[in-house]
Amino acid sequence: MYLHSSIWFNFKKIIIPQSGTIKKYIMAHDSAHHGSATKRIWTVFGILSIVTIVEVALGIIRPVFLIETHFLRMHLLNWIFIVLTLYKAYLITWAFMHMEHETKGLRRSVVWTGIFLVCYLIFILLTEGDYIFDVYKEGYVAWDF
Amino acid sequence: MNATAVKTGTEGKVWGGGDEQPLKASYGKLMMWFFILSDALTFSGFLAAYGFSRFKYLNIWPIADEVFTHFPFLHGVDAPMYYVALMTFILIFSSVTMVLAVDAGHQMKKNKVIWYMFFTILGGVIFVGSQAWEWANFISGEYGAVETKGGKIIQFVNQEGEQVTLESFAVELPRERTRLTKNEALWYESESSLPDYDLAEVVEGFKANPDLLVRTQLLNEEGRKVILSREESLAKLENDGVQVVQGANLVHNEYGPPLFADFFFFITGFHGFHVFSGVIINIIIFINVILGTYERRGSYEMVEKVGLYWHFVDLVWVFVFTFFYLV
Repeated sequence: MYLHSSIWFNFKKIIIPQSGTIKKYIMAHDSAHHGSATKRIWTVFGILSIVTIVEVALGIIRPVFLIETHFLRMHLLNWIFIVLTLYKAYLITWAFMHMEHETKGLRRSVVWTGIFLVCYLIFILLTEGDYIFDVYKEGYVAWDF
Repeated sequence: MNATAVKTGTEGKVWGGGDEQPLKASYGKLMMWFFILSDALTFSGFLAAYGFSRFKYLNIWPIADEVFTHFPFLHGVDAPMYYVALMTFILIFSSVTMVLAVDAGHQMKKNKVIWYMFFTILGGVIFVGSQAWEWANFISGEYGAVETKGGKIIQFVNQEGEQVTLESFAVELPRERTRLTKNEALWYESESSLPDYDLAEVVEGFKANPDLLVRTQLLNEEGRKVILSREESLAKLENDGVQVVQGANLVHNEYGPPLFADFFFFITGFHGFHVFSGVIINIIIFINVILGTYERRGSYEMVEKVGLYWHFVDLVWVFVFTFFYLV
Protein backbone atom coordinates (compact mmCIF):
# COMPACT_ATOMS: atom_id res chain seq x y z
CA MET A 1 0.00 0.00 0.00
CA TYR A 2 2.71 2.39 1.08
CA LEU A 3 4.86 1.62 -1.88
CA HIS A 4 1.96 1.91 -4.21
CA SER A 5 0.77 5.31 -2.96
CA SER A 6 4.15 6.97 -2.87
CA ILE A 7 4.82 5.88 -6.42
CA TRP A 8 1.46 7.25 -7.42
CA PHE A 9 2.11 10.61 -5.83
CA ASN A 10 5.55 10.87 -7.33
CA PHE A 11 4.00 10.08 -10.64
CA LYS A 12 1.41 12.79 -10.06
CA LYS A 13 4.17 15.23 -9.20
CA ILE A 14 5.69 14.57 -12.57
CA ILE A 15 2.53 14.89 -14.61
CA ILE A 16 1.14 17.84 -12.62
CA PRO A 17 3.88 20.47 -12.66
CA GLN A 18 2.64 22.73 -9.84
CA SER A 19 4.52 21.28 -6.89
CA GLY A 20 4.36 23.23 -3.71
CA THR A 21 0.89 24.23 -4.71
CA ILE A 22 -0.12 24.44 -1.09
CA LYS A 23 2.37 27.11 -0.33
CA LYS A 24 1.27 29.05 -3.36
CA TYR A 25 -2.33 28.52 -2.38
CA ILE A 26 -1.72 29.79 1.15
CA MET A 27 0.12 32.85 -0.08
CA ALA A 28 -2.48 33.72 -2.69
CA HIS A 29 -5.10 33.11 -0.11
CA ASP A 30 -3.45 35.48 2.36
CA SER A 31 -2.92 38.36 0.02
CA ALA A 32 -6.51 38.03 -1.13
CA HIS A 33 -7.99 39.05 2.24
CA HIS A 34 -5.03 40.90 3.50
CA GLY A 35 -5.58 44.62 3.52
CA SER A 36 -8.97 44.44 5.16
CA ALA A 37 -8.00 41.73 7.69
CA THR A 38 -7.11 44.05 10.55
CA LYS A 39 -10.04 46.28 9.84
CA ARG A 40 -12.38 43.29 10.04
CA ILE A 41 -10.78 42.17 13.32
CA TRP A 42 -11.44 45.54 14.95
CA THR A 43 -14.96 45.70 13.55
CA VAL A 44 -15.73 42.29 15.00
CA PHE A 45 -14.21 43.32 18.32
CA GLY A 46 -16.48 46.39 18.29
CA ILE A 47 -19.57 44.28 17.67
CA LEU A 48 -18.60 41.74 20.35
CA SER A 49 -18.09 44.55 22.87
CA ILE A 50 -21.40 46.21 22.09
CA VAL A 51 -23.25 42.89 22.35
CA THR A 52 -21.57 42.15 25.69
CA ILE A 53 -22.43 45.59 27.04
CA VAL A 54 -26.06 45.12 25.97
CA GLU A 55 -26.12 41.71 27.69
CA VAL A 56 -24.72 43.07 30.93
CA ALA A 57 -27.07 46.07 30.88
CA LEU A 58 -30.08 43.81 30.33
CA GLY A 59 -28.80 41.49 33.05
CA ILE A 60 -28.60 44.31 35.58
CA ILE A 61 -31.81 46.12 34.64
CA ARG A 62 -33.88 42.99 33.92
CA PRO A 63 -36.77 44.83 32.22
CA VAL A 64 -40.07 43.64 33.68
CA PHE A 65 -41.90 43.24 30.38
CA LEU A 66 -39.18 40.94 29.04
CA ILE A 67 -39.43 38.74 32.13
CA GLU A 68 -43.22 38.64 32.07
CA THR A 69 -43.44 37.69 28.41
CA HIS A 70 -43.00 33.99 27.92
CA PHE A 71 -42.03 32.18 24.78
CA LEU A 72 -41.58 28.41 24.55
CA ARG A 73 -41.58 27.98 28.35
CA MET A 74 -38.83 30.55 28.98
CA HIS A 75 -39.12 34.27 29.48
CA LEU A 76 -38.16 36.48 26.59
CA LEU A 77 -35.08 37.92 28.32
CA ASN A 78 -33.45 34.48 28.44
CA TRP A 79 -34.16 33.99 24.74
CA ILE A 80 -32.52 37.34 24.00
CA PHE A 81 -29.45 36.29 25.98
CA ILE A 82 -29.24 32.97 24.13
CA VAL A 83 -29.63 34.56 20.69
CA LEU A 84 -26.98 37.18 21.47
CA THR A 85 -24.65 34.46 22.74
CA LEU A 86 -25.07 32.42 19.58
CA TYR A 87 -24.39 35.56 17.55
CA LYS A 88 -21.17 36.13 19.50
CA ALA A 89 -20.18 32.49 19.04
CA TYR A 90 -20.79 32.84 15.29
CA LEU A 91 -18.60 35.94 15.09
CA ILE A 92 -15.75 34.38 17.06
CA THR A 93 -15.81 31.19 14.99
CA TRP A 94 -16.21 32.84 11.60
CA ALA A 95 -14.00 35.90 11.98
CA PHE A 96 -11.44 35.07 14.67
CA MET A 97 -11.06 31.38 13.95
CA HIS A 98 -11.17 32.06 10.18
CA MET A 99 -13.94 29.56 9.61
CA GLU A 100 -15.17 31.81 6.78
CA HIS A 101 -11.99 31.04 4.82
CA GLU A 102 -12.16 27.27 5.26
CA THR A 103 -13.70 24.98 2.70
CA LYS A 104 -17.37 24.17 2.87
CA GLY A 105 -16.58 20.57 3.78
CA LEU A 106 -14.48 21.47 6.80
CA ARG A 107 -16.98 24.04 7.95
CA ARG A 108 -19.88 21.66 7.78
CA SER A 109 -18.08 18.70 9.33
CA VAL A 110 -17.24 20.78 12.39
CA VAL A 111 -20.23 23.09 12.75
CA TRP A 112 -23.10 20.83 11.76
CA THR A 113 -21.82 17.89 13.78
CA GLY A 114 -21.49 20.08 16.86
CA ILE A 115 -24.84 21.80 16.47
CA PHE A 116 -26.72 18.57 15.80
CA LEU A 117 -25.26 16.74 18.83
CA VAL A 118 -25.65 19.70 21.17
CA CYS A 119 -29.30 20.25 20.18
CA TYR A 120 -29.99 16.58 20.74
CA LEU A 121 -28.31 16.60 24.15
CA ILE A 122 -30.06 19.75 25.28
CA PHE A 123 -33.45 18.48 24.16
CA ILE A 124 -33.06 15.16 25.99
CA LEU A 125 -31.65 16.57 29.22
CA LEU A 126 -33.96 19.56 29.57
CA THR A 127 -37.04 17.46 28.88
CA GLU A 128 -35.92 15.01 31.54
CA GLY A 129 -35.10 17.78 34.01
CA ASP A 130 -38.52 19.32 33.49
CA TYR A 131 -40.15 15.96 34.12
CA ILE A 132 -38.27 15.47 37.39
CA PHE A 133 -39.29 18.98 38.44
CA ASP A 134 -42.92 17.96 38.04
CA VAL A 135 -42.34 14.76 40.01
CA TYR A 136 -40.84 16.75 42.88
CA LYS A 137 -43.63 19.27 42.74
CA GLU A 138 -46.67 17.07 42.32
CA GLY A 139 -45.54 13.86 43.94
CA TYR A 140 -46.66 12.85 47.43
CA VAL A 141 -43.22 13.01 48.96
CA ALA A 142 -42.21 16.11 50.88
CA TRP A 143 -38.79 17.44 49.88
CA ASP A 144 -38.70 20.57 51.97
CA PHE A 145 -38.70 19.65 55.64
CA MET B 1 9.10 -0.55 2.34
CA ASN B 2 10.34 2.63 3.90
CA ALA B 3 13.22 2.72 1.51
CA THR B 4 10.86 4.12 -1.10
CA ALA B 5 9.89 7.17 1.01
CA VAL B 6 10.82 10.31 -0.84
CA LYS B 7 11.54 13.66 0.77
CA THR B 8 9.31 16.26 -0.79
CA GLY B 9 10.55 19.23 1.22
CA THR B 10 7.16 19.77 2.73
CA GLU B 11 7.34 17.22 5.56
CA GLY B 12 5.39 18.12 8.63
CA LYS B 13 3.29 20.53 6.63
CA VAL B 14 1.25 18.20 4.49
CA TRP B 15 -0.28 14.81 4.96
CA GLY B 16 1.87 11.80 4.11
CA GLY B 17 1.55 11.22 0.43
CA GLY B 18 1.91 14.60 -1.21
CA ASP B 19 0.25 17.88 -1.86
CA GLU B 20 -3.31 16.70 -2.09
CA GLN B 21 -4.78 18.05 1.19
CA PRO B 22 -8.13 16.86 2.43
CA LEU B 23 -10.41 19.88 2.84
CA LYS B 24 -7.51 22.13 1.82
CA ALA B 25 -6.28 22.22 5.41
CA SER B 26 -2.98 21.04 6.81
CA TYR B 27 -2.94 17.99 9.05
CA GLY B 28 -2.32 20.01 12.20
CA LYS B 29 -5.05 22.50 11.54
CA LEU B 30 -7.63 19.87 10.70
CA MET B 31 -6.79 17.88 13.81
CA MET B 32 -7.00 21.04 15.90
CA TRP B 33 -10.47 21.64 14.53
CA PHE B 34 -11.60 18.14 15.39
CA PHE B 35 -10.06 18.37 18.83
CA ILE B 36 -11.95 21.61 19.33
CA LEU B 37 -15.15 19.94 18.18
CA SER B 38 -14.76 17.12 20.71
CA ASP B 39 -13.79 19.54 23.47
CA ALA B 40 -16.83 21.66 22.61
CA LEU B 41 -18.98 18.57 23.06
CA THR B 42 -17.43 17.98 26.49
CA PHE B 43 -18.28 21.50 27.56
CA SER B 44 -21.74 21.14 26.06
CA GLY B 45 -22.18 18.02 28.16
CA PHE B 46 -21.34 19.98 31.31
CA LEU B 47 -23.53 22.92 30.42
CA ALA B 48 -26.43 20.68 29.39
CA ALA B 49 -26.08 18.83 32.72
CA TYR B 50 -26.19 22.21 34.42
CA GLY B 51 -29.36 22.96 32.47
CA PHE B 52 -30.80 19.61 33.55
CA SER B 53 -30.18 20.35 37.23
CA ARG B 54 -31.47 23.84 36.88
CA PHE B 55 -34.71 22.66 35.30
CA LYS B 56 -34.97 20.02 38.00
CA TYR B 57 -34.66 22.64 40.77
CA LEU B 58 -36.16 25.48 38.75
CA ASN B 59 -38.02 27.07 41.66
CA ILE B 60 -35.20 26.98 44.21
CA TRP B 61 -32.14 27.90 42.11
CA PRO B 62 -29.96 30.78 43.41
CA ILE B 63 -30.15 34.18 41.70
CA ALA B 64 -26.75 34.80 40.09
CA ASP B 65 -26.97 38.57 40.64
CA GLU B 66 -27.04 37.95 44.39
CA VAL B 67 -24.20 35.46 44.39
CA PHE B 68 -21.55 37.26 42.35
CA THR B 69 -21.58 40.80 43.69
CA HIS B 70 -17.97 41.58 44.42
CA PHE B 71 -15.61 43.96 42.69
CA PRO B 72 -11.96 44.47 43.63
CA PHE B 73 -11.30 47.41 45.97
CA LEU B 74 -15.01 48.05 46.38
CA HIS B 75 -15.78 46.34 49.65
CA GLY B 76 -19.39 46.12 50.63
CA VAL B 77 -20.55 47.65 47.35
CA ASP B 78 -23.20 45.60 45.63
CA ALA B 79 -21.83 45.24 42.10
CA PRO B 80 -23.57 42.36 40.36
CA MET B 81 -21.93 41.17 37.15
CA TYR B 82 -19.53 44.08 36.66
CA TYR B 83 -16.54 41.98 37.55
CA VAL B 84 -17.49 39.06 35.37
CA ALA B 85 -18.24 41.48 32.53
CA LEU B 86 -14.73 42.87 32.96
CA MET B 87 -13.33 39.33 32.81
CA THR B 88 -15.28 38.75 29.61
CA PHE B 89 -13.76 41.87 28.09
CA ILE B 90 -10.26 40.82 29.09
CA LEU B 91 -10.74 37.46 27.40
CA ILE B 92 -12.31 38.93 24.25
CA PHE B 93 -9.49 41.43 24.03
CA SER B 94 -6.85 38.74 24.38
CA SER B 95 -8.66 36.94 21.56
CA VAL B 96 -8.30 40.08 19.44
CA THR B 97 -4.56 40.33 20.09
CA MET B 98 -4.27 36.64 19.26
CA VAL B 99 -5.96 37.05 15.90
CA LEU B 100 -3.76 40.10 15.25
CA ALA B 101 -0.74 37.91 15.99
CA VAL B 102 -2.00 35.34 13.49
CA ASP B 103 -2.50 38.09 10.93
CA ALA B 104 1.01 39.47 11.55
CA GLY B 105 2.28 35.91 11.10
CA HIS B 106 0.68 35.74 7.68
CA GLN B 107 2.66 38.84 6.78
CA MET B 108 5.82 37.30 8.29
CA LYS B 109 6.27 40.22 10.69
CA LYS B 110 8.11 38.61 13.57
CA ASN B 111 8.18 41.56 15.97
CA LYS B 112 4.48 42.20 15.63
CA VAL B 113 3.77 38.53 16.32
CA ILE B 114 5.93 38.70 19.44
CA TRP B 115 4.14 41.75 20.85
CA TYR B 116 0.65 40.57 20.09
CA MET B 117 1.36 37.15 21.60
CA PHE B 118 2.79 38.85 24.66
CA PHE B 119 -0.45 40.78 25.20
CA THR B 120 -2.47 37.62 24.60
CA ILE B 121 -0.55 35.77 27.30
CA LEU B 122 -0.90 38.74 29.64
CA GLY B 123 -4.67 38.77 29.12
CA GLY B 124 -4.85 35.04 29.79
CA VAL B 125 -2.90 35.36 33.03
CA ILE B 126 -5.09 38.22 34.24
CA PHE B 127 -8.18 36.19 33.42
CA VAL B 128 -7.02 33.13 35.38
CA GLY B 129 -6.13 35.37 38.32
CA SER B 130 -9.56 36.97 38.21
CA GLN B 131 -11.18 33.58 38.20
CA ALA B 132 -9.17 32.60 41.27
CA TRP B 133 -10.40 35.74 43.01
CA GLU B 134 -13.97 34.92 42.04
CA TRP B 135 -13.55 31.43 43.48
CA ALA B 136 -12.09 32.79 46.70
CA ASN B 137 -15.12 35.04 47.22
CA PHE B 138 -17.51 32.25 46.41
CA ILE B 139 -15.78 29.81 48.78
CA SER B 140 -15.58 32.20 51.72
CA GLY B 141 -19.20 33.31 51.26
CA GLU B 142 -20.78 36.54 52.31
CA TYR B 143 -23.82 36.36 54.58
CA GLY B 144 -23.90 32.81 55.90
CA ALA B 145 -27.04 30.67 56.16
CA VAL B 146 -28.61 27.73 57.97
CA GLU B 147 -29.15 24.34 56.44
CA THR B 148 -32.37 22.49 57.24
CA LYS B 149 -33.10 18.81 57.78
CA GLY B 150 -34.22 18.50 54.17
CA GLY B 151 -30.91 19.88 52.95
CA LYS B 152 -32.46 23.23 52.05
CA ILE B 153 -30.92 26.60 52.80
CA ILE B 154 -32.55 29.37 54.81
CA GLN B 155 -31.09 32.87 54.76
CA PHE B 156 -31.72 35.88 56.97
CA VAL B 157 -33.14 39.22 55.91
CA ASN B 158 -34.24 42.44 57.61
CA GLN B 159 -37.65 44.09 57.28
CA GLU B 160 -36.63 45.62 53.93
CA GLY B 161 -35.84 42.19 52.56
CA GLU B 162 -32.10 42.81 52.43
CA GLN B 163 -29.84 39.95 53.43
CA VAL B 164 -27.99 40.31 56.72
CA THR B 165 -24.80 38.60 57.80
CA LEU B 166 -24.73 36.07 60.63
CA GLU B 167 -22.11 38.07 62.46
CA SER B 168 -24.44 41.07 62.67
CA PHE B 169 -26.90 39.24 64.93
CA ALA B 170 -25.48 35.96 66.25
CA VAL B 171 -24.74 36.01 69.98
CA GLU B 172 -21.68 34.63 71.71
CA LEU B 173 -22.48 31.56 73.78
CA PRO B 174 -20.08 29.36 75.70
CA ARG B 175 -19.06 26.68 73.20
CA GLU B 176 -18.03 23.14 73.93
CA ARG B 177 -17.64 21.95 70.40
CA THR B 178 -14.13 22.26 68.97
CA ARG B 179 -12.74 21.23 65.66
CA LEU B 180 -11.85 17.54 65.48
CA THR B 181 -8.29 17.03 64.35
CA LYS B 182 -6.31 13.88 63.71
CA ASN B 183 -4.22 14.13 66.86
CA GLU B 184 -7.33 13.85 69.00
CA ALA B 185 -9.59 10.79 69.17
CA LEU B 186 -8.82 8.55 66.17
CA TRP B 187 -5.95 9.23 63.82
CA TYR B 188 -8.07 8.86 60.71
CA GLU B 189 -10.88 11.13 61.85
CA SER B 190 -10.88 14.84 61.27
CA GLU B 191 -13.21 17.53 59.94
CA SER B 192 -13.02 20.74 58.00
CA SER B 193 -13.01 24.08 59.79
CA LEU B 194 -16.13 24.87 61.81
CA PRO B 195 -18.31 27.88 60.97
CA ASP B 196 -17.74 30.98 63.09
CA TYR B 197 -21.08 30.47 64.81
CA ASP B 198 -23.02 27.40 65.79
CA LEU B 199 -26.73 26.90 65.39
CA ALA B 200 -27.63 27.79 69.00
CA GLU B 201 -25.86 31.14 68.70
CA VAL B 202 -27.70 31.96 65.49
CA VAL B 203 -31.08 30.90 66.94
CA GLU B 204 -30.58 32.97 70.10
CA GLY B 205 -29.47 35.98 68.09
CA PHE B 206 -32.46 35.61 65.78
CA LYS B 207 -34.87 35.50 68.74
CA ALA B 208 -33.30 38.60 70.23
CA ASN B 209 -33.73 40.62 67.00
CA PRO B 210 -37.46 41.01 66.25
CA ASP B 211 -36.68 42.70 62.92
CA LEU B 212 -35.19 39.60 61.35
CA LEU B 213 -36.99 37.24 59.03
CA VAL B 214 -36.13 34.00 57.26
CA ARG B 215 -35.83 33.84 53.51
CA THR B 216 -36.36 30.45 51.86
CA GLN B 217 -34.91 29.08 48.62
CA LEU B 218 -38.29 29.13 46.97
CA LEU B 219 -38.77 31.58 44.09
CA ASN B 220 -42.14 33.33 43.72
CA GLU B 221 -43.86 34.40 40.51
CA GLU B 222 -41.69 37.51 40.12
CA GLY B 223 -38.51 35.47 40.50
CA ARG B 224 -37.82 36.66 44.05
CA LYS B 225 -37.10 34.46 47.04
CA VAL B 226 -40.08 33.90 49.39
CA ILE B 227 -39.73 35.57 52.80
CA LEU B 228 -41.57 34.04 55.76
CA SER B 229 -43.47 35.93 58.46
CA ARG B 230 -41.86 36.34 61.87
CA GLU B 231 -43.77 33.41 63.43
CA GLU B 232 -43.10 31.12 60.49
CA SER B 233 -39.47 32.20 60.52
CA LEU B 234 -39.02 31.30 64.19
CA ALA B 235 -40.74 27.96 63.71
CA LYS B 236 -38.70 27.15 60.60
CA LEU B 237 -35.39 27.98 62.22
CA GLU B 238 -36.06 26.16 65.49
CA ASN B 239 -37.70 23.04 64.08
CA ASP B 240 -35.82 22.49 60.85
CA GLY B 241 -32.40 24.08 61.28
CA VAL B 242 -29.54 21.60 61.46
CA GLN B 243 -26.31 23.51 60.97
CA VAL B 244 -24.74 26.80 60.04
CA VAL B 245 -23.25 27.09 56.57
CA GLN B 246 -20.75 29.74 55.61
CA GLY B 247 -19.52 29.95 52.04
CA ALA B 248 -19.60 27.10 49.62
CA ASN B 249 -17.84 23.81 49.03
CA LEU B 250 -18.85 20.65 47.20
CA VAL B 251 -21.19 19.50 49.99
CA HIS B 252 -22.68 22.66 51.52
CA ASN B 253 -23.52 25.92 49.88
CA GLU B 254 -24.88 29.02 51.59
CA TYR B 255 -26.36 30.35 48.34
CA GLY B 256 -28.69 27.42 47.66
CA PRO B 257 -28.53 23.86 46.36
CA PRO B 258 -25.02 22.33 46.65
CA LEU B 259 -25.38 21.39 42.97
CA PHE B 260 -25.06 25.06 42.06
CA ALA B 261 -21.67 25.20 43.73
CA ASP B 262 -20.64 21.84 42.24
CA PHE B 263 -21.40 23.02 38.73
CA PHE B 264 -19.78 26.37 39.36
CA PHE B 265 -16.55 24.75 40.54
CA PHE B 266 -16.58 22.12 37.85
CA ILE B 267 -17.45 24.19 34.80
CA THR B 268 -15.51 27.36 35.60
CA GLY B 269 -12.71 25.17 36.92
CA PHE B 270 -12.55 23.15 33.72
CA HIS B 271 -12.66 26.34 31.71
CA GLY B 272 -9.98 27.91 33.91
CA PHE B 273 -7.85 24.82 33.35
CA HIS B 274 -8.25 25.37 29.61
CA VAL B 275 -7.18 28.99 29.95
CA PHE B 276 -4.22 27.91 32.02
CA SER B 277 -3.11 25.28 29.52
CA GLY B 278 -3.74 27.78 26.73
CA VAL B 279 -1.39 30.22 28.45
CA ILE B 280 1.27 27.51 28.76
CA ILE B 281 0.96 26.53 25.09
CA ASN B 282 1.02 30.20 24.10
CA ILE B 283 4.20 30.71 26.10
CA ILE B 284 5.87 27.77 24.33
CA ILE B 285 4.93 29.15 20.92
CA PHE B 286 5.91 32.66 22.06
CA ILE B 287 9.41 31.40 22.88
CA ASN B 288 9.59 29.66 19.52
CA VAL B 289 8.61 32.87 17.77
CA ILE B 290 11.34 34.78 19.62
CA LEU B 291 13.87 32.09 18.72
CA GLY B 292 12.87 32.52 15.09
CA THR B 293 11.72 28.94 14.58
CA TYR B 294 8.80 29.93 12.39
CA GLU B 295 10.77 32.58 10.56
CA ARG B 296 13.15 29.81 9.43
CA ARG B 297 10.28 27.45 8.71
CA GLY B 298 8.81 30.10 6.45
CA SER B 299 5.36 29.82 7.97
CA TYR B 300 3.67 30.94 11.17
CA GLU B 301 0.99 28.28 10.93
CA MET B 302 1.81 27.10 14.45
CA VAL B 303 0.69 30.49 15.78
CA GLU B 304 -2.53 30.01 13.85
CA LYS B 305 -3.09 26.60 15.43
CA VAL B 306 -2.61 27.76 19.02
CA GLY B 307 -4.73 30.74 18.03
CA LEU B 308 -7.57 28.37 17.20
CA TYR B 309 -7.31 26.84 20.66
CA TRP B 310 -7.19 30.25 22.31
CA HIS B 311 -10.29 31.47 20.47
CA PHE B 312 -12.05 28.30 21.46
CA VAL B 313 -11.36 29.07 25.12
CA ASP B 314 -12.95 32.48 24.56
CA LEU B 315 -15.86 30.86 22.76
CA VAL B 316 -16.56 28.57 25.72
CA TRP B 317 -16.43 31.51 28.11
CA VAL B 318 -19.13 33.28 26.09
CA PHE B 319 -21.45 30.37 26.84
CA VAL B 320 -20.38 29.95 30.47
CA PHE B 321 -20.97 33.68 31.00
CA THR B 322 -24.48 33.45 29.59
CA PHE B 323 -25.61 30.33 31.37
CA PHE B 324 -24.02 31.00 34.75
CA TYR B 325 -24.40 34.71 35.13
CA LEU B 326 -27.12 35.98 32.82
CA VAL B 327 -29.88 33.44 32.23
